Amino acid sequence: MTEPTAINPTPKIQIRGLKKAFGDNVILDGVDLDIGKGESVLVIGGSGSGKSVLLKCILGLLHPDSGSILVDGQEVVGLYGSDLEEVRAKFGMLFQNAALFDSLPVWENVAFGLVQGKGMDRIEAKALALEKLAAVGLNEEVAELSPAELSGGMRKRVGLARAIASNPEIIFFDEPTTGLDPIMGDVIDRLIVQCVRGLGATALSITHDMASARRISDRVAMLFQGKIIWSGPTKDIDHSGNPYVEQFIHGSSEGPIQMQIRSL
Amino acid sequence: MPILQPIGRTFIAFLEVAGRLSIFAIAALTHCVRPPIYPRLIGRQMLEIGYYSLPVVGLTAIFTGMVLALQSYTGFARFSAESAIPNVVIVSITRELGPVLAGLMVAGRVGAAIAAEIGTMRVTEQIDALYTLSTNPFKYLVAPRLIAGLVTLPILVLIADIIGVFGGYLVSVYKLGFNPATYISNTVDFVEVQDVVSGLVKASAFGFLVTLMGCYHGYHSRGGAQGVGTATTNAVVSASILILCFNYFITELFFAQ
Repeated sequence: MTEPTAINPTPKIQIRGLKKAFGDNVILDGVDLDIGKGESVLVIGGSGSGKSVLLKCILGLLHPDSGSILVDGQEVVGLYGSDLEEVRAKFGMLFQNAALFDSLPVWENVAFGLVQGKGMDRIEAKALALEKLAAVGLNEEVAELSPAELSGGMRKRVGLARAIASNPEIIFFDEPTTGLDPIMGDVIDRLIVQCVRGLGATALSITHDMASARRISDRVAMLFQGKIIWSGPTKDIDHSGNPYVEQFIHGSSEGPIQMQIRSL
Repeated sequence: MPILQPIGRTFIAFLEVAGRLSIFAIAALTHCVRPPIYPRLIGRQMLEIGYYSLPVVGLTAIFTGMVLALQSYTGFARFSAESAIPNVVIVSITRELGPVLAGLMVAGRVGAAIAAEIGTMRVTEQIDALYTLSTNPFKYLVAPRLIAGLVTLPILVLIADIIGVFGGYLVSVYKLGFNPATYISNTVDFVEVQDVVSGLVKASAFGFLVTLMGCYHGYHSRGGAQGVGTATTNAVVSASILILCFNYFITELFFAQ
């Protein structure tokens, strides 16, 4: 569906014919998607359309039923053990609710991947963690707090600092602005753009917040009924000519996408 | 035959769980012995599983020892066999009651806590986050708990044995009028190494079962608060049943002629 462009001849991530079902419930039904190096791609789609499943398949947290996922030309599907861990080391992820470890203070959360994953010295890792926290606008006092004491926006920022702490080549954002007020949403979006550019990383985000989508992405792909039904540059999204996309970005209940609502 | 269908389905479901549990246990055990090993985490878990369980296990042990002396007295008095009380107390406590009761108490306290903690981490995506931070949750969460369970339960049971025997001593000496010196010498003369060792082997096995059930049910929990609740219940119930099952088989291994 998406051909490699002239600027990005070899995609960072190449997904072909990805299928995943839970029992009889087909979630992904042949997803094709290319993400170029340094590109920020955003997948939109309704709740339960399989956006999170797509991310988890790429990370190897879920095993797809069939299809292929190439990361830097290396097949990820079917990898396990240390080979999979090697590929995973290229990724950072900001989870929907930040998924901070509530047993550890903020700075240890940010330094976690460095200390546990890469075996870095704790003092050195703390200095780096404080640096990353500063990059997302959080000071040293916050570093000593427990995640339970943080507000939603601060948790997202800590999650972002953790995701970028090990300078990953690819960063995933799972609904980065969901549950935040519009202003904090904008703050997070700006931080995301700034961090991704700063690292020169490739980004794949999923969201259904269209304001956020326009701010953080170069290209948008729409996932519907387990397939990518449209993909194109973010600036073209308002005249996509695709009725599904139009309905989605206008947030209308009238259109080709019919929600399963049973009248009481 | 629609009558046979549910039986078959239940049996297949049982096999599925048994298989999944075996795979989980093997994966967990290999991570216990393969580096990196986190001594800090193991230490924290040993404190959690062993030290903080002391009051509960100690109280259980002392009252069990006390009631054992009292009960056997009322029974044995009919045959004028009261002098056998120290022997009954030491053998029952070291072989059976110490490890089984300590195991069950720890299953309630620790198994539930482990399942709730890991289950919450699962439903809030913290386990997925561990994977994305190049940390294997088996290594970081499961292995330290299993090792701590294997190592601390025998120590806990040894302490419970001593407290239990002391409970029997208290009742025998202060309520039933035994001579303290005779009671102690009877106890020491009668106890055999095998009694204590079999109890400690059981304790180690129970420690493994309790932590394994906690980790397994927590790791596979899904669907928010309710899922974590179910995982916690399942962890405690399955650990308790497995403790009683394994207790029989280990006893047979040690004492069947």
